[in-house]
Amino acid sequence: MEVGTMSVSEANQERITQSKTVWYNDAQTRGLVFQAMLLVLVVVIGFTAYQNMIANMAARGLLFGFDYLGRGAGFEIGESLIPYTATDTYGRALLVGLINTIRVAIIGIVLSTILGVFLGIARLSKNPLLSGLVGGYIEVIRNTPLVLQLVFWYSIINAFPRPREAISPFPGFFLSNRGLKIPWIEWNDALWPVVWAFVAGIVATIIAARAYKRKQDETGKITPLWPTALGLILGLPALAAIAMGWPIVPTIPVLAGFNFEGGATLTPEFFALLLGLTLYTAAFTAEIVRAGILSVSKGQWEAGRSLGLTDGRIMRLIVLPQALRVIIPPLTSTFLNFTKNTSLATVIGYPDLVHVSNTTMNQTGRAVEAILIFASIYLTLSLLTSAFMNWYNARVALRER
Amino acid sequence: MKPILLVAAAAAAFVTLGVPAVEAGRDLDAIKARGVLRCGVQTGTPGFAVPDAQGRWQGFNVDLCRAMAITILGDPSKVEFIPTTTQSRFPALTNGEVDMLINNATQTLTRDTGVNRFNFPAIKFYDGQALLVPRRLNITQGRQLNGATVCVQPGTTTELNITDFFRQNNIRFTPLVIDSVDELRRAYEAGRCDVFTNDYAALAALRTQLARPADHVILPDRLSKEPLGPVIRQGDEELTNIVAWTVWALVDAEENGVTQANVDRIAASSTNPVIRRLLGVEGNMGQALGASSPTYVQQIVKTFGNYGEIYNRHLGPQTPLGLERGMNDLWTRGGLMYAPPAR
Repeated sequence: MEVGTMSVSEANQERITQSKTVWYNDAQTRGLVFQAMLLVLVVVIGFTAYQNMIANMAARGLLFGFDYLGRGAGFEIGESLIPYTATDTYGRALLVGLINTIRVAIIGIVLSTILGVFLGIARLSKNPLLSGLVGGYIEVIRNTPLVLQLVFWYSIINAFPRPREAISPFPGFFLSNRGLKIPWIEWNDALWPVVWAFVAGIVATIIAARAYKRKQDETGKITPLWPTALGLILGLPALAAIAMGWPIVPTIPVLAGFNFEGGATLTPEFFALLLGLTLYTAAFTAEIVRAGILSVSKGQWEAGRSLGLTDGRIMRLIVLPQALRVIIPPLTSTFLNFTKNTSLATVIGYPDLVHVSNTTMNQTGRAVEAILIFASIYLTLSLLTSAFMNWYNARVALRER
Repeated sequence: MKPILLVAAAAAAFVTLGVPAVEAGRDLDAIKARGVLRCGVQTGTPGFAVPDAQGRWQGFNVDLCRAMAITILGDPSKVEFIPTTTQSRFPALTNGEVDMLINNATQTLTRDTGVNRFNFPAIKFYDGQALLVPRRLNITQGRQLNGATVCVQPGTTTELNITDFFRQNNIRFTPLVIDSVDELRRAYEAGRCDVFTNDYAALAALRTQLARPADHVILPDRLSKEPLGPVIRQGDEELTNIVAWTVWALVDAEENGVTQANVDRIAASSTNPVIRRLLGVEGNMGQALGASSPTYVQQIVKTFGNYGEIYNRHLGPQTPLGLERGMNDLWTRGGLMYAPPAR
């Protein structure tokens, strides 16, 4: 209610109503009272639940606290991006799980979005075979349980030969039921400048892309970006490596005893989870993309064609940017779902955050704490994703002039 | 504010769990009054407790429960078997849904004491965590497993024991941990892992479920101690004695050569005072224990045989599980089965 713009007669009217009615007939006061009651209710329930939890835990000789995170975990984890052994703490074990979750989430979200966009466009193809195939794929994937799909992919990957009979498509590459083994670079601190040079290359490419865009706006000339991008993203790290005295030592997988030693591994659990979640999420993304493209009016296509643009360019330059406004909000939901669905990793034994938390819970009995930790981590991840997508949504929103 | 208090009270009631108080002798009296002994068994573990084609429970643990029913009620058929899972078994005992658990629960200090207040009167089976490997790997000892991938079921101690074992031997391994036993077994059969670890008896049962059981061996290493016993609630000394002395009577019968086939003849003709006291021909052991009849041991052995006979019938080398006696042999043959004297 904007008091400042109220006319004199309205103000008088208000005074009259106020004087005539009791407080509970006034909408604003009543609203405040209800709000206060709700607040009290929430606080009382929350406090009672907390009190009960503490009392019940005390009755069972349990204490509430996070001190156990500093104690030795004593169990091994199947795969980790950071160094971890059984003598490390529960806190570090959880960090290993968190990094494993984020690894699958980031790679999977990128892959599923790319695949989903292509599928969404293919679904609208004039070729009935292509659109029919993609339609069939989407319906099958969307209408079967995700857990079933994960178990299915996992059993297919487990059917690969044993390490001794591994398939080797290229020298140094081995495909077996222990996963895909590839040659890799042995990590050492001298590699840090190379990593930073790589990051700098990406940043410089973005700056160059903007400069070229400005040039195109001013002169109408299109400068191809890829030679510059290639030079910056690959050339800069190469220069850094030479400057550091080429600290690149390759490690090549060699069969030793039960398994391969050396190289890097893409484990069956990681691959099954990534594959299952990507294919599943891409089906939803495809439908969102299709809906977005269909929301752009036919006139935009016709206008594009009358300008002499090819269908591909119309799609990329005219239709997709407009479709994004419809696509982004539901796409955010699929991203959030992807991150949360990674917790199904437990079913196929990928050591994600929930998997490690379960083991921690079993061993320490700190169920409440462990659930609080992973619930708040998932909440944080979701809120971060949401915040980023909202920012992006605001950027692509229609600017009305 | 009344509705709020109501909601709060409901929430409190929801969260709060009661622990029933136990008086001495109460549980035994309740069983006698009811006329039925309720045993909590695991849901279908071959050899230990599994329903047959007629839906009748069969197995080592089942026979033990029926033996208890003879001691308490004088009739092996006055039993009710209640299937429990590893999660539900202890709550079922705490809230009185079952009188006794005979389902391979390991005796530990925290289960014996504290808030749980359970009682393990006697050990009926000594188990230990073991390693199952495919025969073609030609492995004879756990120490040879450097670099192996190990299939582990997530549990309270299995993951810790396997980690300790590899650390003690200064070798490395990669764990593969999956919640579902079936999924884990499939991964092992597909060769995703080289080793499957669990308690020895559980591994033997699992081996019978593999496509070709003979292609897999259980290594001699024991990674942990898992003494398994019947479990009852604390606070009933009479029931504690009956459970313990029923298990020990079976062991004592084996040690003294009393079998299902010869028990009648021995009871009638033996002059050995130890055997005469055990079988209730002499003395008043049954009365001292509060058993259903002085000759309850005769009745048990006549119905089920002695400890060794029950073991061999359900778990022994002639069964699909094919477990050697090992630790569960009599102390006179180098095992751990040792019954205090019945006198």
